[in-house]
Amino acid sequence: MITKIENLNKKFYNKQVLSNINLEIEKGKIYGLLGPNGSGKTTMMRIVANLIKNTTGNVEVNELKLGKQTKNIVAFMPTSNFFPKWMKVKNAVDYYNDFYDDFDREKCIEILEKVDIEMGLKIKSLSTGMTEKFKIALTMSRNAQLILLDEPFNGIDIIAKEDIKKIIVENATEENATIISSHLIDDIEPILDEVIMIKKGEIVLNDNVEKLREEKEMSIIDIYKEVFLNV
Amino acid sequence: MKFNNTVPIYIQIMNAIIEKIVSKELKKGEQLQSVREFAVELKVNVNTVRNAYGELETKGIIFKKRGIGTFVTEDMDIIEKLKEDLSLSVVNEFIKKMEALGYTKDEILKRIEAI
Repeated sequence: MITKIENLNKKFYNKQVLSNINLEIEKGKIYGLLGPNGSGKTTMMRIVANLIKNTTGNVEVNELKLGKQTKNIVAFMPTSNFFPKWMKVKNAVDYYNDFYDDFDREKCIEILEKVDIEMGLKIKSLSTGMTEKFKIALTMSRNAQLILLDEPFNGIDIIAKEDIKKIIVENATEENATIISSHLIDDIEPILDEVIMIKKGEIVLNDNVEKLREEKEMSIIDIYKEVFLNV
Repeated sequence: MKFNNTVPIYIQIMNAIIEKIVSKELKKGEQLQSVREFAVELKVNVNTVRNAYGELETKGIIFKKRGIGTFVTEDMDIIEKLKEDLSLSVVNEFIKKMEALGYTKDEILKRIEAI
């Protein structure tokens, strides 16, 4: 097990954002963290990435309490475009290489070549789809044990989506776990092992996707609609 | 490959491989892609493809050579049996549809002969 979350709660002022989250994340699997906007997906990822503090509860990554050490083994990809305007692709790759001990420069260059992103391009000039591919390439080129991708399919055209799925499937290994947050279920269904549905800060479903399809004879998106439309 | 998300994907992958074997697109003894290669090509989860291969192996349809790869069985009896099973399920489905339209078995036969 790579991550264990016990009785996690998060409040922003008086607003309860996450309530009593219990979760176990295993190596070698891809998890879909699904829920509408504002359900607490990003907050949960940011806590596990140790970017914000939880209010109460216990989170462990690789049996370590959240802290500097866990930050080194967790790779988090935020939704925002976080590069300075002047940067070229090459600069960002070098920056990651300097900053993260676990960054595999060769692997990153290989992925970028596959999806036709040239090292000399200005990041500012990349399309939305290209920027997203670039961010995923950087994040997944870290040999991190836990990879957190926040909304990698937002506003992306279908061709870029296919490339992104490919990068994820190719780089999710036996040695890491990947969590992908999304409200675009159709797109990620086939690449998931497990699905976690989160509604108003609470986990309402946590199961294996193939088992769900077998038992309910429903697609994950239909189960999602059932969970979120019937209030 | 287009998936129907209401059916477990490993079953759909199994069936696709079986169809390829029966139609001889995959020949007896031929090597299959590695699990990871196939998963990347299909853009599905690696464990899903592993499950499909595992089930096919249990049924004796494919076999592993350690350190080399996965291969289609060389046992023609198994392949013939697969073909028979597959044709049977196609025929059964057809009959079900015709019966739903109100055809009796005799009428169905006549309908086929008229083609």
